[in-house]
Amino acid sequence: MRDSTEVSVASDGKVAPDYKHALTALLLQMGDDELIFGHRCSEWLGLAPDLEEDIAFSSMAQDEIGHASLFYSIAESLSGTSADRYAFSRGKNSRLNAMMLETKNGDWADTIVRSYLYNAFEQVRLKECLKSNFVSLQQAAAKILREERYHLLHMETWFEKLARSQGEARQRLLRALQDIWPNISDLFDLGVHADSLVRHGIISNTSLGIYSQWESIVRPVFAKAAIDWPGKPVQFSQSGRVGQHTSAMDEILLTMTEVLSLDAQAVW
Amino acid sequence: MSTFKATSDMTRKQKPIVNESDGETSDRNTADKAFEVRVALREVKDPEIPTLSLEDLGMVYDIIVDHQTVHVQLLPTFVGCPAQEFIRNQVLKRLDEIDGVNHADVTFVMDVPWTSERITETGRAKLEEFGIAPPPARFAPDYKPQCPYCEAHNSDVVSLFGPTACRAVYYCKNCKQPFEGMKFV
Repeated sequence: MRDSTEVSVASDGKVAPDYKHALTALLLQMGDDELIFGHRCSEWLGLAPDLEEDIAFSSMAQDEIGHASLFYSIAESLSGTSADRYAFSRGKNSRLNAMMLETKNGDWADTIVRSYLYNAFEQVRLKECLKSNFVSLQQAAAKILREERYHLLHMETWFEKLARSQGEARQRLLRALQDIWPNISDLFDLGVHADSLVRHGIISNTSLGIYSQWESIVRPVFAKAAIDWPGKPVQFSQSGRVGQHTSAMDEILLTMTEVLSLDAQAVW
Repeated sequence: MSTFKATSDMTRKQKPIVNESDGETSDRNTADKAFEVRVALREVKDPEIPTLSLEDLGMVYDIIVDHQTVHVQLLPTFVGCPAQEFIRNQVLKRLDEIDGVNHADVTFVMDVPWTSERITETGRAKLEEFGIAPPPARFAPDYKPQCPYCEAHNSDVVSLFGPTACRAVYYCKNCKQPFEGMKFV
């Protein structure tokens, strides 16, 4: 439920501490998801199955890192911590991305499954942000959605293509789905400020509501691809939304901060 | 202070809107200066498509003149477009050549989305001339544009991702020529 007093709190620039903490955490969840997913996308450059996919994954990497930078910049305007610091100078346990995004790329089927499930989730989350009472988040979501629909479409096309093919491609897709499905529950987790986020109207739906909408997008695609619905993902005991991560996160942070650790003053 | 918004069709005559009045002469000066800046920006081209200016692309959101200072607000086509810093420097370099401008800054506006509808009629014509099909009027991933080389309506989508974020790749089955098209964004 929207609270009209909170709307004015958000729009006149004076933000109550509780509102600010919850909002910053959401911006970091969104920025961290995009940064980590974008980084993994970039790793396909030169290795993707064909030239078109080299270009597609590089384009998406560029888009996602741009989106991360926008979310971090909005967070910077609230907290004073620079976007660069958010991207490069935070330890593993203060990163809030979902754990499934940090996992190594695996094979093409792993990548397509992960990317499709994440992109469908992202559509839902961004659409909920269109109704946010924090204007900058609303505007960023509107701009980003115009780009993201191409990503979702691309991943959905690949998901269906692999599922409909005979033999190894379909087998690999099913195997990838089996591996990834048990590890997706924290995508939908809104973290420690979940209640505040909804109560203040920063995001217009609960974790459960976001999951339901996601299921209503993904499930028909599974049906079309003749894949049995695996059921609601079981709540995993850990969550990236509270800073819990796998060892894959150490590896990714080490790579991402390689230049910074060699030369802290380095510029582009 | 004088400010005027970019219209979607730059072939129309520009009419500066004066917001605040600090003397009639001064208003006219700032309006003239804003117009001069706008004309100068027609010389700043997209680094990826050198026949198209920022104005042709509809990237100029606002020009605000405050005495000797000029603020240029641009709309980036894509949030993560890596050409932003290059474009900023090109604009600053060009503004530096204008008499009576002592200070200039360029900001990228993120609160209003750039859309492919902002490309002007002139811009669309220049895109075609350059060999890039102009964007469709709506989100239509299956859209097969007219070939900018042979003008046949007989193309296939090769990839929705092209050499830059805003372009897709097509293939003309008539003249057997691959070509690029601007995406609807």
